[in-house]
Amino acid sequence: MKINDVILKTVAKAVVLVILTFGLYLFFSGHHTPGGGFIGGLVLASGFVLLFLSYDVETVSEGIPISFKKMSALGVLISMTSALVPVFFGQPFLSQSFGYFDLPIFGKTELATVTIFEAGIALTVVGVVVNIILSISEGTK
Amino acid sequence: MYLIISAILLPFAAAALIPLIHNRLGRLNIGWLALAIPLSLFAFFVYQIPAISAGETFTETLYWLPSIGIDMTVYLDGLGLIMALLITGVGSLVILYSIYYLSAADSLPHFYAYLMLFMGAMLGVVLSDNLMVLYVFWELTSISSFLLIAFWYHRKNSRAGAQKSLLITVFGGFAMLAGFLMLHTMTGTFSVRQIAVELTQYANHELFYPAMFLVLLGAFTKSAQFPFHIWLPDAMEAPTPVSAYLHSATMVKAGIYLVARFTPIFGGNSAWFWTVTLVGLVTLFWGAFNAIRQTDLKALLAYSTISQLGLIMSLLGLGSAAMQTGITAEAAAVYGLASFAALFHMVNHSTFKGALFMAVGIVDHQVGTRDIRRLGGLMAFLPFTFTIAIIGSASMAGLPFFNGFLSKEMFFTASLEALNMEMFGLGTWGWLVPVIAWAASVLTFVYCAIIVFRTFFGAHKPEKLDKIPVEPPFGMLLPPAILSFLIVAVFFFPNLLGDHLLRPALNGVLPGITGAAPHIKAWHGFNTELWMTVAIVVFGTILFISFRKWKGIYKLFPAGWTFNALYTNSLKGIERASSYLTNSYMTGHLPHYFAYIFSFFVIAAGGTLIWSGALNIDLANDSPLSVYEILLVVVMAMAAVAILFAKSRVSAILLNGVLGFSIAMFFVLFRAPDLALTQLVIETVTTVLFLVCFNYLPDWKKENSPKHVKVRNTIIAITGGLTITLIGLSVNSADLYETISGYFEDSYELAGGRNIVNAILGDFRALDTLLEGLVLFIAGIGVFSLIRLKVRKEPNDNEN
Amino acid sequence: METLIIILVGVLTAVAIYLVLSRNLIRVILGTAIFSHAVHLLILTMGGLKNGTVPLLGEDATIFVDALPQALILTAIVISFAVTAFVLVLAYRAYQELGTDDLEEMRGADDE
Repeated sequence: MKINDVILKTVAKAVVLVILTFGLYLFFSGHHTPGGGFIGGLVLASGFVLLFLSYDVETVSEGIPISFKKMSALGVLISMTSALVPVFFGQPFLSQSFGYFDLPIFGKTELATVTIFEAGIALTVVGVVVNIILSISEGTK
Repeated sequence: MYLIISAILLPFAAAALIPLIHNRLGRLNIGWLALAIPLSLFAFFVYQIPAISAGETFTETLYWLPSIGIDMTVYLDGLGLIMALLITGVGSLVILYSIYYLSAADSLPHFYAYLMLFMGAMLGVVLSDNLMVLYVFWELTSISSFLLIAFWYHRKNSRAGAQKSLLITVFGGFAMLAGFLMLHTMTGTFSVRQIAVELTQYANHELFYPAMFLVLLGAFTKSAQFPFHIWLPDAMEAPTPVSAYLHSATMVKAGIYLVARFTPIFGGNSAWFWTVTLVGLVTLFWGAFNAIRQTDLKALLAYSTISQLGLIMSLLGLGSAAMQTGITAEAAAVYGLASFAALFHMVNHSTFKGALFMAVGIVDHQVGTRDIRRLGGLMAFLPFTFTIAIIGSASMAGLPFFNGFLSKEMFFTASLEALNMEMFGLGTWGWLVPVIAWAASVLTFVYCAIIVFRTFFGAHKPEKLDKIPVEPPFGMLLPPAILSFLIVAVFFFPNLLGDHLLRPALNGVLPGITGAAPHIKAWHGFNTELWMTVAIVVFGTILFISFRKWKGIYKLFPAGWTFNALYTNSLKGIERASSYLTNSYMTGHLPHYFAYIFSFFVIAAGGTLIWSGALNIDLANDSPLSVYEILLVVVMAMAAVAILFAKSRVSAILLNGVLGFSIAMFFVLFRAPDLALTQLVIETVTTVLFLVCFNYLPDWKKENSPKHVKVRNTIIAITGGLTITLIGLSVNSADLYETISGYFEDSYELAGGRNIVNAILGDFRALDTLLEGLVLFIAGIGVFSLIRLKVRKEPNDNEN
Repeated sequence: METLIIILVGVLTAVAIYLVLSRNLIRVILGTAIFSHAVHLLILTMGGLKNGTVPLLGEDATIFVDALPQALILTAIVISFAVTAFVLVLAYRAYQELGTDDLEEMRGADDE
């Protein structure tokens, strides 16, 4: 699938950067404002999909040497592990906790274990969505 | 100390361990290890005899489901003890016998594991006080019997016999379960002893008779009573030790045990009396009558077992009269003799039938056949086996110097006493009891003669045999020899058994009736009973000699009108009907299945809505409308309908996109920012997905179903939509429950997040989210492997 | 408002059922997608519409709309995406292997 469209490629480079940043922002802001693991993950995934659509699969795979299959498995592993950890502290499965800490640069910051859990979910979403699109386009060859 | 419960559980533990340690044993036969279990249990129960015969009972309770009254309560009394001794005693002998009987090619760990499973289950049946626990063990005996009958599963007959026994006994077991539940409904308890105390006040309850007959159904099927006896002859496909153990000595006695155990509950009732007595008598006669015409020695023994079980059953029926209210103590003691005879004969039957089965097994094993048309003259080759067989047969025929004589005489005494009974209308029909008893005993004599004379006397027919018979190893002769010894010993010292085991057991059958247990005497003068025995010998000999002349009587029964034919035909009929029914709607056509699902939804959900009067439309609580919203609704409705008429795939997908994006707009309007964001992204990705896939899919064809299908689909679709609308409106108008969402509004305190939706997803209902991630992951794997999957074109030969 | 949305849900459901009953595989898949749209709207409506502000505690408000249906729908949206993707690929692979997208022709032989 070779696409030779200079304008699309140029615009895509800029837009994908914006989309990825926005996705990260959504992921981290999810605790207090709209966003979170799912949405962040989906936006990140759509950024990658756009990249694959405007360039071809080989080029992007060279530029971003990530296995999206492994990424999705890693995501499931992270969320499962973070769910299991409380069990070893005598808490029910999936208990989340949070606390407020004074960090050098950020000032008073809330740190919550739910972020780890959500990170797992986000990785799963990105991995699965990109993987589905990639599989389908690869399957034709 | 849970000694008795441990005794029940020990065989189960052994059953689990035997397959595990089998491979580590090397050349040692696993049977020797298995033998240790019943031997130690037998010793344990023997050790309990002094206390039990002194009138003590033991109860142990292991709490299981106390809230609904189901606990593992075991109760060891005389009745339970005598059964436990039979189970472990005969079990030890049978395992010893099996060690020599089975060849090394057989799957020994399976065999002994099943046998242990059965032993534990059977002990559970006879020692449980709780009906639900009893039922579980009861079905376990059926299952282990199934496994053992089908032990040589490569034979078609074994499988058929196993299926038949399982179907019939489990059918009875289900009936019995229903009976138990009815008893629970009446009395509120599952304890047998408690029910016996309380049920007297429920004799007029509408469930009283159904409960009684259902429990009897369980007992009759298990103990192979007429007309459920048909499974027992087919069960003879099992290895002979199994037939000796399960299908003559113990498992088929479970029904007898149940009737005995329930005599304190239902005894004294005329329906119980007549049902148990008559079914027993009919079985007694029918079994003996059919035993004579068998040519397979094991089938003959199977019918004789049926007959003997009928005898014991009818005795228990007669004895139950002693429980009648208002009866004098002397009269009760007279009728109680029947119950005593039942217990006595049950023990005797286990000894002589066990010995006979083992003897027949030896003949089968050493000669290669058990067909009496091929056998004859074996006395010279198998002298020990011959001795065992003649002792067993003589005892079964009720001849003196063997224990069968004593219990058979007692049976005649009890049946003659029935003549004097004034109750239950026995005055008019009572004469039937001794007449049937005597006639059946004549037939018994005949088949006992057949066993001995056709097998061991007459001419030896070496041309019909595969091998030259020699006596088997000592270990194989020892178990039947022990049983033969007991047969004789019980005749000479009957009161040793009577005083220490039968008397306490009788107390479990007929509580509160004293003086029923007699001092057993072998010689009681020239009375009617003795003359009956003499007449049996005379008539029996005449019938045996003239058998060829009256054999034709069996041809009078048309072959198509047997209970076996009924069973086979109904089984076939059920199979044909169900396959016809299944094939009529399982068309393999996906739209049909969807049509069933949606029609069912419309009828069930919509019908319930209207039928229950829940339909209720109230528009008062609606929030106000704005122009944008109306516009959006109109756009969505139009887009949806337009999809139906779309000319190309792309326009259909774009219209679907319109729906998705409009919903995202709704999410904005309805104050759901997270949803709106997600929906926007998902809709984009989905549309891309659709378009990518369309590269590889064929063109959108016009729907070319026939007209009536289209009309049907339209009706289902419109009624389905209507049902959803009506349910939605009714739910929206009713305010049945308070919302639980207020709880989540404390999310900042509870989860440290100000976004309530996100707090629910990540914290309050994180399990949903976790599994959702998992679903997503699985779908991803599914897509990936589907793409990679290459269907092999060559046909798969392994199927079918 | 609620009444209007519920009627819309009814229309969407009817369209979805009609599509699902079709013989054409793509129509069936489209039908399931529309089904999930209808269900999402229905769940949201059952929680009540517009009777509070956005469920973010930072806002200066005391009454929020019901957040639980929103959380449920969020889960449902992602799962329905996963299922749609899977079914689409299933359809396209089935077409590749069997050469048809007609359910009538895909149906197995009678003797199976």
